Amino acid sequence: MVVTQMPLEGAVAARKPTGWIGPDILRSEWSKLRTVRSTYWTLFAAVVAMIGLSAILCAIYVAQYAHVSASDRATFDPVSFSLTGSFLAQLAIGVLGVLVITNEYSSGMIRATFAAIPQRLSVLAAKAAVFAGVTLVVTTAACFVAFLVGQMILSAKGIGVTLGAPGALRTVLGTGLYLAVLGLLALGLGTIIRKTAGAIAALFGLIFVLPVIASLLPSSMNSIQRFLPSNAGQALIDNGAHHGTSTVAQLSPWAGFGVFCLYAAAALVIAGSTLVRRDA
Amino acid sequence: MIEARGLTKRYGSTVAVDELSFEVLAGRVTGFLGPNGAGKSTTLRMVLGLDTPTGGTVTIDGRPYTSLRRPLFEVGAMLEAKAVHEGRSAYSHLLCLAQSNGIGRRRVEEVLDIVGLTSVAKKRAGLFSLGMGQRLGIGAALLGDPGVLIFDEPVNGLDPEGIVWIRTLMQSLASEGRTVFVSSHLMAEMALTADHVIVIGRGRLLAEASVDELVGGSSQNYVRVRSPQDARLATLVSANGGSSRPEADGALAITGISASAIGDLAGTNGIILHELSPQEVSLEEVYMELTHDSVEYRSGQPIVDAPTGKVA
Repeated sequence: MVVTQMPLEGAVAARKPTGWIGPDILRSEWSKLRTVRSTYWTLFAAVVAMIGLSAILCAIYVAQYAHVSASDRATFDPVSFSLTGSFLAQLAIGVLGVLVITNEYSSGMIRATFAAIPQRLSVLAAKAAVFAGVTLVVTTAACFVAFLVGQMILSAKGIGVTLGAPGALRTVLGTGLYLAVLGLLALGLGTIIRKTAGAIAALFGLIFVLPVIASLLPSSMNSIQRFLPSNAGQALIDNGAHHGTSTVAQLSPWAGFGVFCLYAAAALVIAGSTLVRRDA
Repeated sequence: MIEARGLTKRYGSTVAVDELSFEVLAGRVTGFLGPNGAGKSTTLRMVLGLDTPTGGTVTIDGRPYTSLRRPLFEVGAMLEAKAVHEGRSAYSHLLCLAQSNGIGRRRVEEVLDIVGLTSVAKKRAGLFSLGMGQRLGIGAALLGDPGVLIFDEPVNGLDPEGIVWIRTLMQSLASEGRTVFVSSHLMAEMALTADHVIVIGRGRLLAEASVDELVGGSSQNYVRVRSPQDARLATLVSANGGSSRPEADGALAITGISASAIGDLAGTNGIILHELSPQEVSLEEVYMELTHDSVEYRSGQPIVDAPTGKVA
Protein backbone atom coordinates (compact mmCIF):
# COMPACT_ATOMS: atom_id res chain seq x y z
CA MET A 1 0.00 0.00 0.00
CA VAL A 2 1.41 3.31 -1.06
CA VAL A 3 0.06 6.64 0.00
CA THR A 4 1.93 9.03 -2.19
CA GLN A 5 2.80 12.25 -0.47
CA MET A 6 0.81 14.97 -2.09
CA PRO A 7 2.13 18.44 -2.73
CA LEU A 8 1.40 20.81 0.10
CA GLU A 9 -1.78 22.77 0.00
CA GLY A 10 -1.45 25.70 -2.31
CA ALA A 11 1.20 24.08 -4.47
CA VAL A 12 -1.29 23.28 -7.19
CA ALA A 13 -3.81 25.92 -6.25
CA ALA A 14 -1.14 28.43 -7.14
CA ARG A 15 -1.31 27.02 -10.65
CA LYS A 16 -5.05 27.57 -10.82
CA PRO A 17 -5.74 29.10 -14.22
CA THR A 18 -7.45 32.43 -14.40
CA GLY A 19 -9.62 33.92 -17.08
CA TRP A 20 -12.64 32.72 -18.96
CA ILE A 21 -13.81 29.21 -18.17
CA GLY A 22 -15.45 28.74 -21.60
CA PRO A 23 -12.52 27.05 -23.38
CA ASP A 24 -11.99 24.68 -20.43
CA ILE A 25 -15.60 23.55 -20.53
CA LEU A 26 -15.54 23.15 -24.31
CA ARG A 27 -12.40 21.00 -24.05
CA SER A 28 -14.05 18.89 -21.36
CA GLU A 29 -17.22 18.40 -23.40
CA TRP A 30 -15.18 17.49 -26.45
CA SER A 31 -13.40 14.83 -24.38
CA LYS A 32 -16.72 13.51 -23.11
CA LEU A 33 -18.06 13.19 -26.64
CA ARG A 34 -15.02 11.47 -28.09
CA THR A 35 -14.45 9.01 -25.23
CA VAL A 36 -17.69 7.05 -25.42
CA ARG A 37 -18.53 4.50 -28.05
CA SER A 38 -22.12 5.61 -28.55
CA THR A 39 -20.83 8.74 -30.30
CA TYR A 40 -19.00 6.66 -32.90
CA TRP A 41 -21.81 4.18 -33.37
CA THR A 42 -24.54 6.76 -33.84
CA LEU A 43 -22.47 8.95 -36.16
CA PHE A 44 -21.43 5.86 -38.11
CA ALA A 45 -25.09 4.84 -38.39
CA ALA A 46 -26.02 8.33 -39.56
CA VAL A 47 -23.33 8.34 -42.24
CA VAL A 48 -24.18 4.84 -43.46
CA ALA A 49 -27.89 5.71 -43.56
CA MET A 50 -27.21 8.97 -45.34
CA ILE A 51 -25.00 7.53 -48.07
CA GLY A 52 -26.25 3.94 -48.22
CA LEU A 53 -29.97 4.60 -48.32
CA SER A 54 -29.56 7.36 -50.88
CA ALA A 55 -27.41 5.14 -53.12
CA ILE A 56 -29.84 2.24 -52.88
CA LEU A 57 -32.87 4.39 -53.68
CA CYS A 58 -31.10 6.04 -56.64
CA ALA A 59 -30.07 2.63 -57.95
CA ILE A 60 -33.66 1.33 -57.68
CA TYR A 61 -34.96 4.45 -59.43
CA VAL A 62 -32.49 3.99 -62.27
CA ALA A 63 -33.31 0.28 -62.57
CA GLN A 64 -37.05 1.01 -62.69
CA TYR A 65 -36.68 4.12 -64.83
CA ALA A 66 -38.41 2.55 -67.82
CA HIS A 67 -41.56 2.09 -65.72
CA VAL A 68 -41.62 5.61 -64.27
CA SER A 69 -44.50 7.66 -65.65
CA ALA A 70 -43.86 10.83 -67.58
CA SER A 71 -45.52 12.97 -64.92
CA ASP A 72 -43.35 11.42 -62.20
CA ARG A 73 -40.28 12.05 -64.32
CA ALA A 74 -41.34 15.66 -64.69
CA THR A 75 -41.53 16.27 -60.93
CA PHE A 76 -38.47 14.17 -60.09
CA ASP A 77 -35.95 16.17 -58.10
CA PRO A 78 -32.55 14.46 -58.28
CA VAL A 79 -31.04 16.70 -55.59
CA SER A 80 -33.42 15.95 -52.72
CA PHE A 81 -33.82 12.36 -53.94
CA SER A 82 -30.11 11.74 -53.40
CA LEU A 83 -30.46 13.04 -49.84
CA THR A 84 -33.37 10.80 -48.81
CA GLY A 85 -31.05 9.02 -46.37
CA SER A 86 -31.45 12.00 -44.04
CA PHE A 87 -34.84 10.61 -42.99
CA LEU A 88 -33.07 7.63 -41.50
CA ALA A 89 -29.98 9.54 -40.37
CA GLN A 90 -32.09 11.83 -38.22
CA LEU A 91 -32.95 8.86 -35.96
CA ALA A 92 -29.28 8.34 -35.16
CA ILE A 93 -28.56 12.04 -34.68
CA GLY A 94 -31.64 12.42 -32.47
CA VAL A 95 -30.55 9.51 -30.28
CA LEU A 96 -27.04 10.93 -29.93
CA GLY A 97 -28.37 14.38 -29.06
CA VAL A 98 -30.47 12.89 -26.27
CA LEU A 99 -27.63 10.67 -25.01
CA VAL A 100 -25.17 13.55 -24.75
CA ILE A 101 -27.02 14.70 -21.64
CA THR A 102 -29.10 11.71 -20.47
CA ASN A 103 -26.09 9.42 -20.15
CA GLU A 104 -24.78 11.85 -17.52
CA TYR A 105 -28.04 11.61 -15.62
CA SER A 106 -28.29 7.83 -15.86
CA SER A 107 -24.71 7.29 -14.67
CA GLY A 108 -24.72 10.01 -12.00
CA MET A 109 -21.83 11.77 -13.77
CA ILE A 110 -23.97 14.91 -13.96
CA ARG A 111 -23.33 15.59 -10.27
CA ALA A 112 -19.57 15.35 -10.77
CA THR A 113 -19.95 17.65 -13.78
CA PHE A 114 -21.93 20.29 -11.90
CA ALA A 115 -19.68 20.02 -8.85
CA ALA A 116 -16.75 20.75 -11.17
CA ILE A 117 -18.65 23.49 -13.02
CA PRO A 118 -21.40 25.14 -10.96
CA GLN A 119 -22.11 27.38 -13.95
CA ARG A 120 -24.71 25.01 -15.36
CA LEU A 121 -25.78 27.11 -18.33
CA SER A 122 -22.19 27.18 -19.52
CA VAL A 123 -22.18 23.39 -19.43
CA LEU A 124 -25.35 23.22 -21.54
CA ALA A 125 -23.99 25.79 -23.98
CA ALA A 126 -20.69 23.92 -24.33
CA LYS A 127 -22.48 20.62 -24.87
CA ALA A 128 -24.68 22.21 -27.53
CA ALA A 129 -21.74 23.85 -29.29
CA VAL A 130 -19.51 20.78 -29.33
CA PHE A 131 -22.24 18.34 -30.29
CA ALA A 132 -23.80 20.57 -32.95
CA GLY A 133 -20.36 21.35 -34.38
CA VAL A 134 -19.39 17.70 -34.66
CA THR A 135 -22.78 16.75 -36.08
CA LEU A 136 -22.71 19.54 -38.63
CA VAL A 137 -19.27 18.59 -39.91
CA VAL A 138 -19.97 14.85 -40.07
CA THR A 139 -23.46 15.06 -41.58
CA THR A 140 -22.55 17.77 -44.08
CA ALA A 141 -19.64 15.68 -45.31
CA ALA A 142 -21.97 12.67 -45.55
CA CYS A 143 -24.51 14.78 -47.47
CA PHE A 144 -21.91 15.77 -50.05
CA VAL A 145 -20.87 12.15 -50.50
CA ALA A 146 -24.50 11.02 -50.70
CA PHE A 147 -25.22 13.72 -53.28
CA LEU A 148 -22.19 12.85 -55.43
CA VAL A 149 -22.81 9.09 -55.25
CA GLY A 150 -26.50 9.58 -55.98
CA GLN A 151 -25.87 11.83 -58.97
CA MET A 152 -23.28 9.39 -60.30
CA ILE A 153 -25.87 6.61 -60.24
CA LEU A 154 -28.62 8.80 -61.68
CA SER A 155 -26.36 10.00 -64.49
CA ALA A 156 -26.64 6.50 -65.99
CA LYS A 157 -30.04 7.72 -67.22
CA GLY A 158 -28.82 11.22 -67.81
CA ILE A 159 -30.88 12.65 -64.95
CA GLY A 160 -28.00 13.45 -62.59
CA VAL A 161 -27.17 17.07 -61.83
CA THR A 162 -24.14 18.91 -60.47
CA LEU A 163 -23.77 21.10 -57.39
CA GLY A 164 -24.15 24.02 -59.74
CA ALA A 165 -27.82 23.12 -60.39
CA PRO A 166 -30.37 25.58 -58.94
CA GLY A 167 -30.82 24.98 -55.21
CA ALA A 168 -28.46 21.99 -55.17
CA LEU A 169 -25.77 23.45 -52.95
CA ARG A 170 -28.35 24.99 -50.62
CA THR A 171 -30.11 21.64 -50.28
CA VAL A 172 -26.92 19.70 -49.56
CA LEU A 173 -25.75 22.19 -46.94
CA GLY A 174 -29.30 22.56 -45.64
CA THR A 175 -29.59 18.85 -44.94
CA GLY A 176 -26.53 19.00 -42.70
CA LEU A 177 -27.96 22.08 -40.98
CA TYR A 178 -31.31 20.37 -40.48
CA LEU A 179 -29.65 17.37 -38.82
CA ALA A 180 -27.49 19.53 -36.55
CA VAL A 181 -30.49 21.58 -35.39
CA LEU A 182 -32.50 18.39 -34.91
CA GLY A 183 -29.67 17.22 -32.66
CA LEU A 184 -30.00 20.42 -30.61
CA LEU A 185 -33.74 19.89 -30.28
CA ALA A 186 -32.91 16.38 -29.01
CA LEU A 187 -30.36 17.77 -26.55
CA GLY A 188 -32.96 20.21 -25.24
CA LEU A 189 -35.55 17.47 -24.78
CA GLY A 190 -32.96 15.22 -23.13
CA THR A 191 -32.10 17.96 -20.65
CA ILE A 192 -35.75 18.62 -19.82
CA ILE A 193 -36.76 14.95 -19.51
CA ARG A 194 -33.43 13.53 -18.21
CA LYS A 195 -34.35 9.95 -19.09
CA THR A 196 -33.04 8.46 -22.33
CA ALA A 197 -36.14 6.48 -23.28
CA GLY A 198 -38.57 9.26 -22.44
CA ALA A 199 -36.61 11.89 -24.32
CA ILE A 200 -36.24 9.74 -27.43
CA ALA A 201 -39.97 8.97 -27.38
CA ALA A 202 -40.78 12.67 -27.05
CA LEU A 203 -38.44 13.60 -29.89
CA PHE A 204 -39.77 11.02 -32.32
CA GLY A 205 -43.31 11.81 -31.29
CA LEU A 206 -42.68 15.43 -32.18
CA ILE A 207 -40.91 14.66 -35.46
CA PHE A 208 -42.82 11.65 -36.80
CA VAL A 209 -46.13 11.27 -35.00
CA LEU A 210 -47.25 14.87 -34.75
CA PRO A 211 -47.42 15.37 -38.55
CA VAL A 212 -49.54 12.20 -38.87
CA ILE A 213 -51.96 13.42 -36.23
CA ALA A 214 -52.08 16.87 -37.78
CA SER A 215 -52.92 15.37 -41.17
CA LEU A 216 -56.14 13.98 -39.63
CA LEU A 217 -57.36 17.46 -38.78
CA PRO A 218 -60.05 19.04 -41.01
CA SER A 219 -58.60 20.51 -44.18
CA SER A 220 -59.53 24.00 -42.98
CA MET A 221 -56.72 23.60 -40.47
CA ASN A 222 -54.18 22.38 -43.02
CA SER A 223 -52.19 25.55 -42.76
CA ILE A 224 -50.78 24.58 -39.38
CA GLN A 225 -49.04 21.53 -40.81
CA ARG A 226 -46.30 23.52 -42.41
CA PHE A 227 -45.39 24.93 -39.00
CA LEU A 228 -44.81 21.54 -37.37
CA PRO A 229 -41.14 20.96 -36.57
CA SER A 230 -40.32 18.28 -39.13
CA ASN A 231 -42.37 19.83 -41.94
CA ALA A 232 -40.83 23.23 -41.33
CA GLY A 233 -37.29 21.88 -41.11
CA GLN A 234 -37.58 19.69 -44.14
CA ALA A 235 -38.61 22.62 -46.27
CA LEU A 236 -34.89 23.23 -46.55
CA ILE A 237 -34.22 19.64 -47.65
CA ASP A 238 -37.11 19.14 -50.04
CA ASN A 239 -35.84 21.76 -52.43
CA GLY A 240 -39.42 22.73 -53.12
CA ALA A 241 -40.56 19.17 -53.84
CA HIS A 242 -43.34 17.43 -51.94
CA HIS A 243 -42.67 14.26 -50.08
CA GLY A 244 -45.12 11.73 -48.74
CA THR A 245 -48.82 12.33 -48.67
CA SER A 246 -48.69 15.95 -47.67
CA THR A 247 -50.56 18.08 -50.15
CA VAL A 248 -50.00 21.23 -48.19
CA ALA A 249 -47.72 23.91 -49.47
CA GLN A 250 -44.54 24.17 -47.47
CA LEU A 251 -42.87 27.25 -46.13
CA SER A 252 -40.03 28.60 -48.21
CA PRO A 253 -36.75 26.76 -47.45
CA TRP A 254 -35.17 29.35 -45.17
CA ALA A 255 -38.43 30.42 -43.50
CA GLY A 256 -39.13 26.77 -42.73
CA PHE A 257 -35.66 26.28 -41.37
CA GLY A 258 -36.07 29.42 -39.26
CA VAL A 259 -39.24 27.98 -37.70
CA PHE A 260 -37.41 24.71 -37.04
CA CYS A 261 -34.60 26.62 -35.32
CA LEU A 262 -37.19 28.32 -33.13
CA TYR A 263 -38.38 24.92 -31.90
CA ALA A 264 -34.82 23.92 -31.02
CA ALA A 265 -34.18 27.29 -29.38
CA ALA A 266 -37.37 26.99 -27.33
CA ALA A 267 -36.38 23.50 -26.19
CA LEU A 268 -32.92 24.74 -25.15
CA VAL A 269 -34.31 27.78 -23.32
CA ILE A 270 -36.72 25.58 -21.34
CA ALA A 271 -33.86 23.12 -20.78
CA GLY A 272 -31.64 25.89 -19.44
CA SER A 273 -34.25 27.21 -17.06
CA THR A 274 -35.04 23.74 -15.67
CA LEU A 275 -31.34 22.97 -15.39
CA VAL A 276 -30.77 26.02 -13.20
CA ARG A 277 -33.92 25.56 -11.14
CA ARG A 278 -33.92 21.85 -10.41
CA ASP A 279 -31.67 19.88 -8.10
CA ALA A 280 -29.03 17.96 -9.99
CA MET B 1 -13.87 25.48 6.48
CA ILE B 2 -17.43 24.41 5.76
CA GLU B 3 -20.12 26.31 7.59
CA ALA B 4 -23.83 25.48 7.59
CA ARG B 5 -26.37 27.83 9.15
CA GLY B 6 -29.98 26.73 9.59
CA LEU B 7 -29.68 24.51 6.54
CA THR B 8 -33.07 23.08 5.61
CA LYS B 9 -34.32 20.92 2.75
CA ARG B 10 -37.94 19.98 2.27
CA TYR B 11 -39.40 17.70 -0.37
CA GLY B 12 -43.11 18.44 -0.27
CA SER B 13 -44.13 17.69 3.30
CA THR B 14 -41.04 15.59 4.03
CA VAL B 15 -38.25 17.38 5.85
CA ALA B 16 -34.95 15.80 4.82
CA VAL B 17 -32.70 18.31 6.54
CA ASP B 18 -34.02 20.39 9.40
CA GLU B 19 -32.35 23.63 10.54
CA LEU B 20 -28.92 22.08 10.50
CA SER B 21 -26.00 24.21 11.71
CA PHE B 22 -22.42 23.02 11.99
CA GLU B 23 -18.83 23.90 11.24
CA VAL B 24 -16.24 21.65 9.69
CA LEU B 25 -12.77 22.92 10.55
CA ALA B 26 -9.48 22.51 8.76
CA GLY B 27 -6.72 20.23 9.96
CA ARG B 28 -8.81 17.34 11.18
CA VAL B 29 -11.06 14.60 9.93
CA THR B 30 -14.69 15.37 10.70
CA GLY B 31 -17.07 12.45 10.56
CA PHE B 32 -20.64 13.04 9.44
CA LEU B 33 -22.73 10.33 11.00
CA GLY B 34 -26.31 9.28 10.92
CA PRO B 35 -28.49 6.29 10.15
CA ASN B 36 -29.55 5.67 6.57
CA GLY B 37 -32.02 8.32 5.50
CA ALA B 38 -30.81 10.82 8.11
CA GLY B 39 -30.13 13.45 5.46
CA LYS B 40 -26.34 13.11 5.11
CA SER B 41 -26.22 12.89 1.34
CA THR B 42 -28.79 15.64 0.91
CA THR B 43 -26.69 17.88 3.14
CA LEU B 44 -23.54 17.12 1.16
CA ARG B 45 -25.35 17.85 -2.12
CA MET B 46 -26.37 21.23 -0.71
CA VAL B 47 -22.78 21.91 0.36
CA LEU B 48 -21.75 21.32 -3.26
CA GLY B 49 -24.48 23.49 -4.72
CA LEU B 50 -26.15 20.53 -6.42
CA ASP B 51 -29.38 20.84 -4.43
CA THR B 52 -30.80 24.21 -3.50
CA PRO B 53 -31.63 24.54 0.21
CA THR B 54 -35.24 25.34 1.10
CA GLY B 55 -33.80 27.53 3.85
CA GLY B 56 -30.51 28.49 5.46
CA THR B 57 -27.07 28.74 3.94
CA VAL B 58 -23.92 26.74 3.58
CA THR B 59 -20.55 28.20 2.62
CA ILE B 60 -17.03 27.03 1.87
CA ASP B 61 -14.44 29.39 3.31
CA GLY B 62 -17.18 31.97 3.52
CA ARG B 63 -18.44 31.66 -0.05
CA PRO B 64 -21.40 29.75 -1.45
CA TYR B 65 -20.21 26.88 -3.63
CA THR B 66 -22.08 28.07 -6.71
CA SER B 67 -20.06 31.29 -6.73
CA LEU B 68 -16.78 29.37 -7.12
CA ARG B 69 -15.00 29.30 -10.46
CA ARG B 70 -12.91 26.20 -11.14
CA PRO B 71 -14.02 24.82 -7.75
CA LEU B 72 -11.91 21.65 -8.06
CA PHE B 73 -8.97 23.71 -6.81
CA GLU B 74 -10.83 24.52 -3.61
CA VAL B 75 -13.17 21.59 -3.00
CA GLY B 76 -12.87 17.96 -4.03
CA ALA B 77 -15.84 15.67 -3.54
CA MET B 78 -16.72 12.06 -3.96
CA LEU B 79 -20.47 11.71 -3.77
CA GLU B 80 -21.22 8.36 -5.33
CA ALA B 81 -18.91 5.58 -6.30
CA LYS B 82 -19.27 4.59 -9.92
CA ALA B 83 -20.99 7.78 -11.01
CA VAL B 84 -19.11 7.19 -14.21
CA HIS B 85 -20.19 6.48 -17.77
CA GLU B 86 -19.73 2.72 -18.04
CA GLY B 87 -18.01 2.88 -21.39
CA ARG B 88 -15.48 5.53 -20.43
CA SER B 89 -12.06 4.58 -19.11
CA ALA B 90 -10.85 5.73 -15.71
CA TYR B 91 -8.29 7.96 -17.43
CA SER B 92 -10.87 9.55 -19.74
CA HIS B 93 -13.32 10.07 -16.88
CA LEU B 94 -10.74 11.97 -14.85
CA LEU B 95 -9.55 13.84 -17.93
CA CYS B 96 -13.07 15.13 -18.68
CA LEU B 97 -13.39 16.47 -15.13
CA ALA B 98 -9.82 17.80 -15.03
CA GLN B 99 -10.12 19.70 -18.31
CA SER B 100 -13.30 21.41 -17.17
CA ASN B 101 -11.18 23.23 -14.55
CA GLY B 102 -8.11 23.69 -16.70
CA ILE B 103 -6.16 20.85 -15.08
CA GLY B 104 -3.75 19.02 -17.37
CA ARG B 105 -3.08 15.40 -18.27
CA ARG B 106 -0.02 15.12 -16.02
CA ARG B 107 -2.10 15.71 -12.92
CA VAL B 108 -4.59 13.06 -14.13
CA GLU B 109 -1.76 10.54 -14.32
CA GLU B 110 -0.48 11.60 -10.90
CA VAL B 111 -3.92 11.13 -9.36
CA LEU B 112 -4.36 7.71 -10.97
CA ASP B 113 -1.08 6.78 -9.30
CA ILE B 114 -2.17 8.14 -5.91
CA VAL B 115 -5.36 6.07 -5.94
CA GLY B 116 -3.60 3.02 -7.35
CA LEU B 117 -5.50 2.73 -10.62
CA THR B 118 -2.63 3.30 -13.07
CA SER B 119 -2.62 -0.31 -14.25
CA VAL B 120 -6.34 -0.24 -15.10
CA ALA B 121 -6.50 3.38 -16.27
CA LYS B 122 -7.46 2.45 -19.82
CA LYS B 123 -10.10 -0.10 -18.87
CA ARG B 124 -13.80 0.65 -19.18
CA ALA B 125 -15.06 1.90 -15.82
CA GLY B 126 -18.14 -0.30 -16.23
CA LEU B 127 -15.92 -3.29 -15.52
CA PHE B 128 -14.66 -1.85 -12.23
CA SER B 129 -15.52 -3.34 -8.85
CA LEU B 130 -17.24 -1.12 -6.32
CA GLY B 131 -13.91 -0.65 -4.55
CA MET B 132 -12.18 0.48 -7.75
CA GLY B 133 -15.11 2.81 -8.38
CA GLN B 134 -14.54 4.33 -4.93
CA ARG B 135 -10.88 4.85 -5.70
CA LEU B 136 -11.79 6.52 -8.98
CA GLY B 137 -14.23 8.81 -7.18
CA ILE B 138 -11.56 9.71 -4.64
CA GLY B 139 -9.16 10.38 -7.50
CA ALA B 140 -11.64 12.85 -8.99
CA ALA B 141 -11.78 14.65 -5.64
CA LEU B 142 -7.99 14.99 -5.54
CA LEU B 143 -7.59 16.42 -9.08
CA GLY B 144 -7.27 20.06 -8.08
CA ASP B 145 -5.32 19.31 -4.88
CA PRO B 146 -8.04 21.13 -2.95
CA GLY B 147 -8.00 22.38 0.63
CA VAL B 148 -11.46 20.97 1.34
CA LEU B 149 -12.33 17.32 0.74
CA ILE B 150 -15.77 15.77 1.02
CA PHE B 151 -16.35 12.03 0.86
CA ASP B 152 -19.76 10.40 1.02
CA GLU B 153 -19.49 6.87 2.45
CA PRO B 154 -16.00 6.29 1.05
CA VAL B 155 -15.37 2.91 2.65
CA ASN B 156 -18.44 1.25 1.18
CA GLY B 157 -17.36 -1.67 -0.92
CA LEU B 158 -13.69 -1.41 -0.06
CA ASP B 159 -11.75 -4.48 1.05
CA PRO B 160 -9.86 -4.34 4.38
CA GLU B 161 -6.70 -3.13 2.69
CA GLY B 162 -8.67 -0.45 0.91
CA ILE B 163 -10.28 0.67 4.16
CA VAL B 164 -6.89 1.09 5.81
CA TRP B 165 -5.72 2.95 2.71
CA ILE B 166 -8.58 5.45 2.73
CA ARG B 167 -8.26 5.92 6.49
CA THR B 168 -4.55 6.71 6.14
CA LEU B 169 -5.21 8.97 3.17
CA MET B 170 -7.87 10.98 4.99
CA GLN B 171 -5.72 11.38 8.07
CA SER B 172 -2.70 12.47 6.04
CA LEU B 173 -4.85 14.95 4.11
CA ALA B 174 -6.06 16.41 7.41
CA SER B 175 -2.55 16.51 8.83
CA GLU B 176 -1.55 18.66 5.85
CA GLY B 177 -4.03 21.24 7.12
CA ARG B 178 -6.93 20.37 4.85
CA THR B 179 -10.58 20.20 5.81
CA VAL B 180 -11.75 16.59 5.53
CA PHE B 181 -15.46 15.86 5.85
CA VAL B 182 -16.50 12.22 5.66
CA SER B 183 -19.97 10.80 5.93
CA SER B 184 -20.65 7.31 7.15
CA HIS B 185 -23.34 5.28 8.80
CA LEU B 186 -20.64 3.10 10.37
CA MET B 187 -19.63 4.49 13.73
CA ALA B 188 -16.91 1.92 14.24
CA GLU B 189 -15.14 3.15 11.13
CA MET B 190 -15.43 6.78 12.19
CA ALA B 191 -14.12 5.95 15.66
CA LEU B 192 -10.88 4.93 13.97
CA THR B 193 -10.73 7.69 11.38
CA ALA B 194 -12.35 10.86 12.67
CA ASP B 195 -11.15 13.34 15.24
CA HIS B 196 -14.48 15.06 15.47
CA VAL B 197 -17.99 13.93 14.66
CA ILE B 198 -21.25 15.55 13.67
CA VAL B 199 -24.16 13.21 14.32
CA ILE B 200 -27.53 13.77 12.67
CA GLY B 201 -30.80 11.89 12.75
CA ARG B 202 -33.95 12.68 10.76
CA GLY B 203 -32.21 15.75 9.41
CA ARG B 204 -31.50 17.26 12.82
CA LEU B 205 -28.23 17.78 14.63
CA LEU B 206 -27.91 15.27 17.48
CA ALA B 207 -24.34 15.90 18.55
CA GLU B 208 -21.26 17.79 17.49
CA ALA B 209 -18.22 16.88 19.55
CA SER B 210 -14.81 15.27 19.53
CA VAL B 211 -14.79 11.49 19.64
CA ASP B 212 -13.25 11.57 23.13
CA GLU B 213 -15.90 13.91 24.49
CA LEU B 214 -18.69 11.76 23.14
CA VAL B 215 -17.35 8.56 24.61
CA GLY B 216 -16.21 10.08 27.93
CA GLY B 217 -19.49 11.84 28.49
CA SER B 218 -21.71 8.88 27.98
CA SER B 219 -24.15 8.05 30.77
CA GLN B 220 -23.53 4.42 30.00
CA ASN B 221 -19.95 4.25 31.33
CA TYR B 222 -19.63 2.14 34.47
CA VAL B 223 -17.18 0.07 36.51
CA ARG B 224 -17.53 -3.67 36.60
CA VAL B 225 -16.65 -5.29 39.93
CA ARG B 226 -16.72 -8.89 41.12
CA SER B 227 -16.30 -9.66 44.78
CA PRO B 228 -17.32 -12.46 47.16
CA GLN B 229 -18.54 -9.70 49.53
CA ASP B 230 -20.59 -7.89 46.93
CA ALA B 231 -23.51 -7.04 49.24
CA ARG B 232 -21.19 -5.16 51.61
CA LEU B 233 -19.43 -3.46 48.76
CA ALA B 234 -22.75 -2.31 47.31
CA THR B 235 -23.69 -0.73 50.63
CA LEU B 236 -20.34 1.04 50.84
CA VAL B 237 -20.69 2.31 47.29
CA SER B 238 -24.07 3.84 47.90
CA ALA B 239 -22.79 5.39 51.14
CA ASN B 240 -20.06 7.07 49.04
CA GLY B 241 -22.31 8.61 46.40
CA GLY B 242 -22.28 5.79 43.85
CA SER B 243 -24.91 3.34 42.81
CA SER B 244 -24.72 -0.27 41.78
CA ARG B 245 -26.83 -2.89 40.14
CA PRO B 246 -26.15 -6.59 39.75
CA GLU B 247 -25.19 -7.90 36.34
CA ALA B 248 -26.43 -11.20 34.94
CA ASP B 249 -23.23 -13.10 35.83
CA GLY B 250 -23.17 -11.92 39.46
CA ALA B 251 -20.84 -8.99 38.98
CA LEU B 252 -21.76 -5.46 40.08
CA ALA B 253 -22.13 -2.60 37.65
CA ILE B 254 -21.17 0.56 39.54
CA THR B 255 -21.75 4.08 38.38
CA GLY B 256 -21.16 7.43 40.02
CA ILE B 257 -17.70 6.76 41.42
CA SER B 258 -14.41 5.99 39.72
CA ALA B 259 -12.63 2.64 39.56
CA SER B 260 -9.76 3.88 41.73
CA ALA B 261 -12.18 5.14 44.38
CA ILE B 262 -13.85 1.73 44.43
CA GLY B 263 -10.45 0.04 44.78
CA ASP B 264 -9.53 2.32 47.73
CA LEU B 265 -12.88 1.70 49.32
CA ALA B 266 -12.47 -2.07 49.05
CA GLY B 267 -8.87 -1.94 50.35
CA THR B 268 -9.59 0.14 53.45
CA ASN B 269 -12.57 -2.09 54.29
CA GLY B 270 -10.77 -5.38 53.69
CA ILE B 271 -13.02 -6.43 50.83
CA ILE B 272 -11.55 -8.88 48.35
CA LEU B 273 -11.94 -7.94 44.68
CA HIS B 274 -11.80 -10.52 41.86
CA GLU B 275 -12.36 -8.00 39.13
CA LEU B 276 -12.26 -4.23 38.87
CA SER B 277 -12.64 -2.96 35.32
CA PRO B 278 -13.87 0.38 34.00
CA GLN B 279 -16.29 -0.16 31.13
CA GLU B 280 -16.21 2.63 28.62
CA VAL B 281 -18.93 2.27 26.03
CA SER B 282 -17.80 2.25 22.46
CA LEU B 283 -18.53 5.12 20.14
CA GLU B 284 -20.84 2.68 18.43
CA GLU B 285 -22.94 2.43 21.59
CA VAL B 286 -23.02 6.19 22.09
CA TYR B 287 -24.12 6.49 18.52
CA MET B 288 -26.90 3.96 18.97
CA GLU B 289 -28.00 5.81 22.09
CA LEU B 290 -28.04 9.10 20.19
CA THR B 291 -29.75 7.94 17.05
CA HIS B 292 -32.03 5.33 18.50
CA ASP B 293 -35.07 7.62 18.28
CA SER B 294 -34.32 8.77 14.79
CA VAL B 295 -33.73 5.59 12.89
CA GLU B 296 -35.91 5.75 9.84
CA TYR B 297 -35.95 2.11 8.84
CA ARG B 298 -35.78 -0.36 11.66
CA SER B 299 -36.22 -4.08 12.04
CA GLY B 300 -38.89 -5.36 14.38
CA GLN B 301 -36.33 -6.60 16.90
CA PRO B 302 -35.63 -4.37 19.91
CA ILE B 303 -32.10 -3.05 19.75
CA VAL B 304 -31.89 -2.11 23.41
CA ASP B 305 -31.91 -4.66 26.19
CA ALA B 306 -34.28 -2.97 28.63
CA PRO B 307 -33.16 -4.09 32.15
CA THR B 308 -29.53 -3.00 31.89
CA GLY B 309 -29.99 -0.36 29.26
CA LYS B 310 -27.02 -1.89 27.54
CA VAL B 311 -27.02 -2.00 23.82
CA ALA B 312 -27.26 -5.51 22.51
